[in-house]
Amino acid sequence: MPEADVRLDRVTKRFGSFTAVDELSLEVPEGEFFSLLGPSGCGKTTTLRMIGGFEEVTSGTISLGDEDVTDLPPFKRATNTVFQNYALFPHLTVFENIAFGLRRRKTPIGEIRRQVASMLKLVELPGYEERRPNQVSGGQQQRVALARALINNPRVLLLDEPLGALDLKLRKQMQVELKRIQSEIGITFIFVTHDQEEAMTMSDRIAVMRAGRIEQLGAPEELYERPRSEFVAGFLGVSNLLDGDVAERDGELVQIRLANGVIIRAPAAATNGATKVRVGIRPEKLRVVHQGAEAASDTAETNGLDGTVFDASYVGVSTQYLVKTADGHTLTVYAQNLTSGASEALSEGQRVRLTWNPQHTFVIDDEGRVESAAPLEEESTT
Amino acid sequence: MARTTPAPERGRPFGERFRRSLLPVFTALVVAYLSLPILVMILFGFNDIQGRFNFAWQGFTLEHWGNVFSRFPALNQALINSLTVAVVATTVATILGTLIGLALTRYEFRGRGPLNLLIFLPIATPEIVLGASLLALFVSVAAPLGMATIIIAHIMFNISFVVVTVRARIAGFDRHLEEAAMDLGADEWTTFRKVTLPLIFPGIMAAALLAFALSIDDFVITQFTAGAQTLTFPLWVYGASRIGVPPQVNVMGTIIFLVALVGIVLWLYLQRRDVTARPTSLNE
Repeated sequence: MPEADVRLDRVTKRFGSFTAVDELSLEVPEGEFFSLLGPSGCGKTTTLRMIGGFEEVTSGTISLGDEDVTDLPPFKRATNTVFQNYALFPHLTVFENIAFGLRRRKTPIGEIRRQVASMLKLVELPGYEERRPNQVSGGQQQRVALARALINNPRVLLLDEPLGALDLKLRKQMQVELKRIQSEIGITFIFVTHDQEEAMTMSDRIAVMRAGRIEQLGAPEELYERPRSEFVAGFLGVSNLLDGDVAERDGELVQIRLANGVIIRAPAAATNGATKVRVGIRPEKLRVVHQGAEAASDTAETNGLDGTVFDASYVGVSTQYLVKTADGHTLTVYAQNLTSGASEALSEGQRVRLTWNPQHTFVIDDEGRVESAAPLEEESTT
Repeated sequence: MARTTPAPERGRPFGERFRRSLLPVFTALVVAYLSLPILVMILFGFNDIQGRFNFAWQGFTLEHWGNVFSRFPALNQALINSLTVAVVATTVATILGTLIGLALTRYEFRGRGPLNLLIFLPIATPEIVLGASLLALFVSVAAPLGMATIIIAHIMFNISFVVVTVRARIAGFDRHLEEAAMDLGADEWTTFRKVTLPLIFPGIMAAALLAFALSIDDFVITQFTAGAQTLTFPLWVYGASRIGVPPQVNVMGTIIFLVALVGIVLWLYLQRRDVTARPTSLNE
């Protein structure tokens, strides 16, 4: 991992008796697109505001590169922020908004003109210099806010739900745009969002936050394929969860006896030594076969569960089935609509068998929340 | 789709009939009610009076305009005193009131709650009570009554009006704008100068105009705090009213009114220009 650009070491923020951020440690390497993802009130915005210098930390330290910035005011930090509602200065033109940072550093006017022009080009808004913020659309305000921050060439760009105010189509477009700009200029982005899809699309790594802590930190596919807590599994997409006990180890796999007695297999590494676990499987990983027709495909390498279809809804690219097992659990299945017509469709009341690859099973420690993301290696140095 | 026929006149909702027929009448009445006293004041500045009283129209003359500043030297001094009091009291009260307004909306501090209430006290208290108690206060500390005591009293009651006016403007202020300025490298002072002040300036300006208007024609409090030697414009006029107010007072009143009118029109024009002076190509 390259040199850490942003480092939070056991940062805590309390507002009165409420702990917004709780002993949070985090390292973001240079040039990474890093997201803080979580529901509202999880502490993600507070964390971002502490990095930007808008909130004082209650305890802990924040560093940018080698510099401890914990007690520095925002105007002495090498960070710039794109605020949730852009916070463009309504009394200044687009040009003066973007030039604001350069003017503070007494940059010569010729240089300011040149840089503002190249920034407007980067965000694809040339010719908008003399407009006022209230004369441009929401998406354009967003670009102005981005240009105003980026022109200062910050070490880290902080983005606080910057796409939240845009409509869906524009949001999708800006996601691509932001990603393009980030890879073009190569600086570290820390992006706060509550939209899991947005975080997954754009980020190199995501920290899923809950109640002031990082629930799990990893690359998008890691969080999706191997969530370590029910919260993460539920926050990123849909999952089917079943209780079970770890029975015995079977090479790379481990056997788990579900409450209804069925044995299924999961990657041994996933159980983490626990005995009482919840196993999870994503709906699109399940295959539905008619009962009786399974013999050919149901091998020792496959997990299987019997059930009855009680709901089928056609959603175009796939069909969503709700399948009830004998002991009353409901499982969601997404079956891709590979052919048109109803030939493949299963009707309600049909008895089926659900099969899946044991490697696709993820395991959640049932003893409660898995300890949050691995703290820093250096944590023992105090 | 059903064809729509224009609704008959009598079918219109009451609100619309009211707006179209009665509202202009009421508007004219309000305008007349508000401007008639001013028109009378202006008119009687041109009255060619016979004797001491200026109550009945006796003919047109420009004489009073010609000698407005030479006929009564004491009136000139009173006007200068009034302007001095108004300018000093407005300046001090606007600065203090703006800072108090900022503190009250921005910061949590001990005594903030009581201060928030206290600020209304000079507005709510009858002026005569304020004047009497100020006099008692000044006398008890043996302060010599004069310009200084008038100005102190005016600052006191003006502060409340400034705070209330400025606070309304600050309440709608987006704090993120200040954070954005600091984020972009502006320290606290630069942020205040470049972002906060320009954005709350219309509120400050409105507060200052209000304070000036209240100050320049205040009679009750000034009467109590002026002492025997100092006269302001309203005090002089009141004194003169017992022997007959000369038309020069009307002329001065007219001049003050015209200056204020020009100021207000200019202010409105500048604000309007701020809104409309924009590139026309809004369509994109």
